[in-house]
Parts: sequence; C-alpha cells; structure tokens
Amino acid sequence: MFEVLLQGLLLGGLYCLFAQGLSVMFGVMRLTNIAQGDFIVMAAFAAIALSATISANVAGSIGALAAVALTAALLLPLSFGLGYLLQRRVLNRTLGKDPLPSLVVTFGLSIVIQNALQELFSADPRSLPTDGLNTRSFELAGLNIGVLPLLIFVAALACTAALQQLFARSALGRSFRAVSDDRDIAQLMGLDANRVFALATGLAFVLIALAGLFQGMRTTVAPADGPMLLIFAFEAVIIGGMGSFWGTFVGAAVLGVTQQIGFTVDPGWGLWFGHLVFLAVLVVRPQGLFPKTRG
Amino acid sequence: MSQPLVETTGLTAHYGDAQALYGIDFRLMPGELLAIIGANGAGKSTFLKSLTGLVPVQREAVRFQGQAIGGLPPGEIVRRGLAMVPEGRRLFPSLSVEENLLMGGLAQRPGPWNLKRLYGLFPILEEKRRHPSGALSGGQQQMVAIGRALMSNPKVLLCDELSLGLAPIVIREIYAALPTLTAEGMSIVVVEQDVSLAQAVSQRVYCFQEGRVSLEGDSRQLSREQISQAYFGI
Repeated sequence: MFEVLLQGLLLGGLYCLFAQGLSVMFGVMRLTNIAQGDFIVMAAFAAIALSATISANVAGSIGALAAVALTAALLLPLSFGLGYLLQRRVLNRTLGKDPLPSLVVTFGLSIVIQNALQELFSADPRSLPTDGLNTRSFELAGLNIGVLPLLIFVAALACTAALQQLFARSALGRSFRAVSDDRDIAQLMGLDANRVFALATGLAFVLIALAGLFQGMRTTVAPADGPMLLIFAFEAVIIGGMGSFWGTFVGAAVLGVTQQIGFTVDPGWGLWFGHLVFLAVLVVRPQGLFPKTRG
Repeated sequence: MSQPLVETTGLTAHYGDAQALYGIDFRLMPGELLAIIGANGAGKSTFLKSLTGLVPVQREAVRFQGQAIGGLPPGEIVRRGLAMVPEGRRLFPSLSVEENLLMGGLAQRPGPWNLKRLYGLFPILEEKRRHPSGALSGGQQQMVAIGRALMSNPKVLLCDELSLGLAPIVIREIYAALPTLTAEGMSIVVVEQDVSLAQAVSQRVYCFQEGRVSLEGDSRQLSREQISQAYFGI
C-alpha cells in the first residue's frame, strides 16, 4: 500500500509541473490555455531535437545526461522568450471581459501545434535519451524508489515553493497580483499591464519547458499527446483550487495517488479513477480543496 | 496671473457611441483645492478619467503644465505628476495595506512622500500595514487609496467621491488631511456629491450637468440658489 502511495505521489510531481503553467496564466490573466498540453509536447520534441543536435555535434565526448543538461540550459530561456512574445503579439489581443476569444485562439494553437509536430516529426512516439536514468531506482525502507520520478517530484516541489515566494514576496509578484485584481487601476499606478502579462506567460512557458523535458525523459511522447496532458493539468488545478500554487501541488498529488490506486486494481482503471475523483471534487467542492480566497 | 497647472479646452469624451462630455473648459491653478459637483451621471467621474488616460480623449484637449497630455497612457500621465484616488477606492484586494501603498510608488517620482511620511499622516495604516486591504473599514480603505496616490508624489491629486459610503466623522478626518497637502503646493480636485461639504473645503467649484459645465465660481460667493439651478437644471 505504501508503495502505491509513494508511486502515486511521485507521479503527482509530474502532473504538478503540467499544471503550474496553467495555474500561473489563469491566476494572472484569467486566461485558460487550451494548448497547455500541446506546448508541453512541443517542448518535449524541441528537447529531443536539441539533445540530438548537441550529441551529434559534440560527438560522444559528453554523455546523454550532459546533453540533457545543456538542452535544458538552452530550452528554458528560449521558452521564456517564446511565451513572452506569444502573449505580447497574440494573446494580449484576446484578453477582455469575454473569455471566449482566448479560448478560441489557444484551441486553434493546439490544432496547429499538433499538426505541425506531426509534419515535422511524424506520428511516431519518441523519447529523450537519458543513459538509463529513467529506469534507475534505489531501495529505501523496503520501498523501491525511481531516481527520475524522485527528481521530478523534487523539481515540482521546488517550483511550487519558488512560485509561491515569487508571488507573495517579490515586487514582480506584487505586480502580477495587482494586474490580476484590477488592470485599469494597476495601469493608473504606472504598470504596463501588457508587459506584466507577457512576463507571466514567459514564466508559465519556463514551467511548460521543464514539464516537457521531464515528460520526454520519463516516457515516450507523440504529437497527439497534448489533450491528455491538458486534462491531467486541468484536473490537478481543479482538485487543488484555482489560483493556489500549493493547492495545485496537492491536487496533482491526489490525482497521481488516485490513478496509481486505479492502476493497482486493474491496469485499465488508473486514468478512469483519476477522472472519478476529479468529478467527485467538482460535485462536492467545486471551488477545489484549497481555493485562493480573495477579499 | 500664473499659468494653469491643468487646463482642458473643449474636452469631449465618449463611451462607444454615447457621448459623456460636451466641450468642457476647465482650469486648475497651482496649490488650489477645487471641487466638482453634480448629480449622478453628470460626467464628473468621466472627466477625471479623461484627465488620467482611462478614457480616450483628443491629445490637445488636456494640457498639464502647458504640455498636451490628452489620451496618453495612464502610466505616462502618473509619471508626469497626476494621480487619482478612484471612486469606490478600488484597492487591490489580494495585496496587503503596505503592498497597496508600494504600488503607488511605482511611478518613482522624486518627492517627500514615502511610507514613513504616510504613516505619519494616517497612523492607523502603520498599525494595519500587514492586513489584507479588504479587511479594513471603509474609512481606512479610503486612507489607503489616498496614500497610494500620494506615494507617486503627484503635483495634482484627483479624488473621486471621497465621502461615498463613509460615516460623517470619518469624512471629516479624511478631508482634514487635504489642507496639509495644498499647503505644500499640491493641487487637489475633489469630485463630491455633498454640495455643502464641497463648498466648505474648496476654493473654487465647478458644477457639471449632463456632460457640460453648468456653473463655475468662487466657493464662498456662490449662492444656494445658483448651485441648485446649476445642479438640477431647474
């Protein structure tokens, strides 16, 4: 039973990374990014391509893990830039009282990304070479712990803590909360709301890149995987409560544990169990387990 | 006679197809405390919003220190020295009292106003600085809204409906702080529905009616009848 709980918790770490970018964009701009899962898959494919290029050019003098580290060092800032530009040039134009334009545009982006990835990489699943890190494990108190899942969990924990600190303690976080509360008045204070929104999306895309990188290392990715990842991200955010980073972390953990319990009962029941818990939370506590309370 | 600090000439403003202001001519002199009165829907708040860039207007229709500023982005206008206390306070509910005040300082204009000095003007705010702004009483929230505007060290403070929803004793406390500001050379415009209060605190009064200036004059010299006629149009 402990084994199941532990594996579920570690799986929740990955779901947390899927979800935090969504949480940032919704929290700051009230924008629901339908293409979240597709951007994660796109980041995974970008990581696979970058890693292959690095390995080919440095010709075996560095290992696969060093290539992954170099890939991350390139991919994270590039993703920030892509998120910043996407918000500045496209998504800012969709913001307003009506949420429909941003939903339609991100839905459109989702279709474009899926088809572009299929065109570029074919429909075959691929993964990021990790020198066997994805299968390595160690034993602790009779429990078998995977090194990569633990690494992902620690990264999710660190990202959640960092996001919470950034939003609660820094001047940038103050600006994020202010434009989210009242865009007009924030602009009256001298804030450039469009720039603040672009910074928030840049930040969300760093999280998306990290999620894509880990997803590519942990398992295979295919161009059509995005919508399933979006559903996991949505479920984690809704279970945890909109606009709360620790809530999203807990929501992801609940989703991971539930799926793991389902997988144990029957290999085909894991995802279904997750959806059931998500629906139960929607019915019993639609505001989520830890909703952010606003004054 | 010195140059007006803020001047509008033939200012018009629209919300979509609906016209809200019809050719407003207005002057605010340095160090002056001026009141704008008028019934609901007279265009008072729209006028303040058009001065601060929240409502689009023609560039030449608004001048600040002789320069055309009409329609500039709100952030640019606050950096030049016009700050607004909006109607209904509109504090940032997810920010604490002190964080709300710090937001006002983003314009980074040099001047005497900082947190320490603000806490001197409104000591209760220092006591409550870590509280969520939504947890304060209406009067305390109004102090935060004024403090937030002062943090930008403005030359002109535009106050929209300061007394709305507040107890008389709190209104007196808040209005008592304004002469301290004008004594230092700041100019203040208060939009106020309470006519006798507006007359008592200001040097000059503008009365708005249906988007037009229906009366303008020295607060002490305007009679009750003149104001009634300009206010209600009867």
